[in-house]
Amino acid sequence: MAESLLVVENVSKRFGGLVAIDRASFHVKTGSITALIGPNGAGKTTLFSIISGFLPTDDGRVLYDGSDITAEPPHKRARRGVARTFQIVQPFATLTVRENIAIGSHLWQRSRAAALDAANHVALAVGLGAQLEAPAATLTVAGSKRLELARALAIAPRLVLLDEVLAGLNPSEIRDMVPVVRELATRGMTILMTEHVMQAVTALAEYVLVLAQGRIIARGTVQEVAADPGVVEAYLGAGAAKRITAGTPHA
Amino acid sequence: MLSPVILVPAVLNGLMAGAVYALVALGLTLIYGVLHIINFAHGALLTAAMFAAFFAFTLIGVDPYLGALLLAPLFFVIGYTLQRFIIGPAAHGEDRNFLLVTLGLAIVIENALLYFFRADTRTINLPYAFDVVEIGPAFVAVPRLIAFGAVTAVAVALWTMMRWTDTGRAIRAVAKEKLGAELCGINVAHIYATTFGLGTACVAVAACLLIPTYYVNPTAGEAFVLIAFTIVVLGGMGSIAGAMIGGLCVGVVESLSSIFLGESLGQIGIFIMFIVVLLARPSGLFGARS
Amino acid sequence: MKKYWPIAVAVGLLAIVPFVTTSNVVLNFLITTLLIALVGQGWNLLGGYGGQYSFGHAAFFGTAAYTTAILQVQYGINAWVGLLAGILAGALVGVVIGVLCFRSGLRGSYFSLVTLAFAEVLRIIASVTPITGAGVGTLIKLDLRPESFQFQSRVPFYWIALILVALSLVVVRAVENSRFGAYLVAIRENEDAASALGINTFAVKLAAITISAAITAAAGCFYAQYFLFIDAAIAYGPRISIDALLAPIVGGAGTLFASLFGALVIKALGEATKLLTGDAPGLDLVIYGVVLIAVVGLAPRGIAGLLTALFRWPFRTLAQPERGNG
Repeated sequence: MAESLLVVENVSKRFGGLVAIDRASFHVKTGSITALIGPNGAGKTTLFSIISGFLPTDDGRVLYDGSDITAEPPHKRARRGVARTFQIVQPFATLTVRENIAIGSHLWQRSRAAALDAANHVALAVGLGAQLEAPAATLTVAGSKRLELARALAIAPRLVLLDEVLAGLNPSEIRDMVPVVRELATRGMTILMTEHVMQAVTALAEYVLVLAQGRIIARGTVQEVAADPGVVEAYLGAGAAKRITAGTPHA
Repeated sequence: MLSPVILVPAVLNGLMAGAVYALVALGLTLIYGVLHIINFAHGALLTAAMFAAFFAFTLIGVDPYLGALLLAPLFFVIGYTLQRFIIGPAAHGEDRNFLLVTLGLAIVIENALLYFFRADTRTINLPYAFDVVEIGPAFVAVPRLIAFGAVTAVAVALWTMMRWTDTGRAIRAVAKEKLGAELCGINVAHIYATTFGLGTACVAVAACLLIPTYYVNPTAGEAFVLIAFTIVVLGGMGSIAGAMIGGLCVGVVESLSSIFLGESLGQIGIFIMFIVVLLARPSGLFGARS
Repeated sequence: MKKYWPIAVAVGLLAIVPFVTTSNVVLNFLITTLLIALVGQGWNLLGGYGGQYSFGHAAFFGTAAYTTAILQVQYGINAWVGLLAGILAGALVGVVIGVLCFRSGLRGSYFSLVTLAFAEVLRIIASVTPITGAGVGTLIKLDLRPESFQFQSRVPFYWIALILVALSLVVVRAVENSRFGAYLVAIRENEDAASALGINTFAVKLAAITISAAITAAAGCFYAQYFLFIDAAIAYGPRISIDALLAPIVGGAGTLFASLFGALVIKALGEATKLLTGDAPGLDLVIYGVVLIAVVGLAPRGIAGLLTALFRWPFRTLAQPERGNG
């Protein structure tokens, strides 16, 4: 496996006159947890859509495990091992939790029975064991986020793109979710996550990229990035920066 | 074969016919632009309006062009009521359901007309329907000229309304951002119904413009449905200018392909264009890029 | 795993009919019902399970009907071969439409519109080209021998229709139990999420429309043999396209017996209407339209949904899982 599982090289994206991503370049080290942060509208989800194949890039390349996947459609990338969750959850509403996850498992299991069985294991791993038979549409926000995660995991990915997987969760739900994410890295997966919840970023991220107005304006550890005046400016979140340097966690 | 003597009248007539197509398409694109649904009942409503215009003329003696002033408000109310109390509630807000409900409505309307009025084809006898006016090398029928003028007037009126009146602004707001509009106190169900009513009113005017020269039977509107769809797709869903220009284009294409392919196959030209446009560029020539 | 025994039960019940009655009226009613059930089952696969609402399923029906008719009339080909050829022809049209539409990423209303347009184009072509008999239509010569897929009595027709419907039920159940079926439903629920999970949505949809077309095509061939006459309006007209979607929607789109239930209901309604109001054209379709609106508005999961609500357990194998409040 390459040293950097994901390499984004000079990627740019324009929507009409608006430059959404401006020559973004970065590496994501294999086995690491990297966070992509930035103020709203910075282009994080756009970048994710490009990496996962839902948006074409106007310029630059995306390399996965050494191969150029820039032109590949989403399903091919998924088969290579790139999984993504969606910021606005996209469950298969009329299917049960187990059936939802099984769709992911089916990538490697042809038989219905085997896929459903594999789904059970994944559900237990993310803590959805009690809700296997529930229709996906009846889940709470926290449950839906876990389902997003479970489905992505079911395809046995090596790179997991988490798009604000903690958004909409209350502090105790966040506290419960953080170890689940960390567990993924322990199992050898590489994680690239976008997050607004700084508590989680501090707890999880080994490496942080800051995206503002489509450009990567800072990179480094959480501490390094928080101390960067350019980042503080981009965020206008002076309070958050102070808390990080002081080292006190949230509620 | 391709001499101006043949082509110019064909193009001119195509433009005139296209104007009426454009009006039908205008109603459709208005409804799509705001409600984001494709109104499959559009053609059936056109047929119903044509029957109404027909009976207004034969039973009460109302000249169809004047009848438009009567029928437009009447059909506005019909359209409003349909959307507010049947289509909206039945669809539960899901796109697929709108398709099915408007399809159901189309079936009901067309077949009710069939049941009450049989499949006989009727026409009206308007004294000046066959008068012609000379424009260059072409002889243009008076009704077509009137139709062209009327459609332009309606388009301008609609555009003005959308631009300058409160209702028009509300409609544009709902079209752009439904939730935001609702939060500003706009009654979305009312606006949806109003838009549907306007679209239906357009169709009523189109019907009045058509019956001097066109026949009336329960499937008459059907022929216009796909044409209207073609125009809307060509001109871009939700674009008024697109519907107008698209209508004129389609009229010309139909006229020209009739010359080369004959009457019945002439219609094929339109459908094939429709399919090609949808496959190649679903957002149309003027529509928003997705 | 969903079981096959309900199919055996339903088919078994229907199989009893010729032994308890010889009434041509009853047989004819059931044969045309089975015909519609077959047409609708094709639609159900693509629309009910796959969520792609075709408004032009007549394209497959008509092509198959014309293919078998023309092969027999113009080329003297055997009717049973014609049946196979018709199914293949219908499936081919499905592939063509599928490739064109799904390659372009056409979804939702756009897809419905294009299928409507295709059916219309075919109707116009069929009404003017000589090989189809143009406006006059095509008559299959009477030749009441089994080898010619024609029978003196209605009973053999009934068996064949029942066999075809049974086969379509088995095919759909098999799909339900397979990965292909799971993928198809996933695409219906959320196409983007599906492709993020490694599903080649184009390939799945293409396979679905092909199978769907083949099933509806079989109905087209049967029609040609049973009625021995088709023309452009019958073959490609809106009537068939409407029946194709109305039956499964009334029955509960996306469930196994949707089309069969729905066909029974709408045929029964049609007959009842005729009894009450005479043979006036149009009234039965008015009722159909009202039923469509009513079902969508009041009972979106159709008969299957109503049954599930009323008798939860025994019908679990027949109906979809309960929807949440989403």
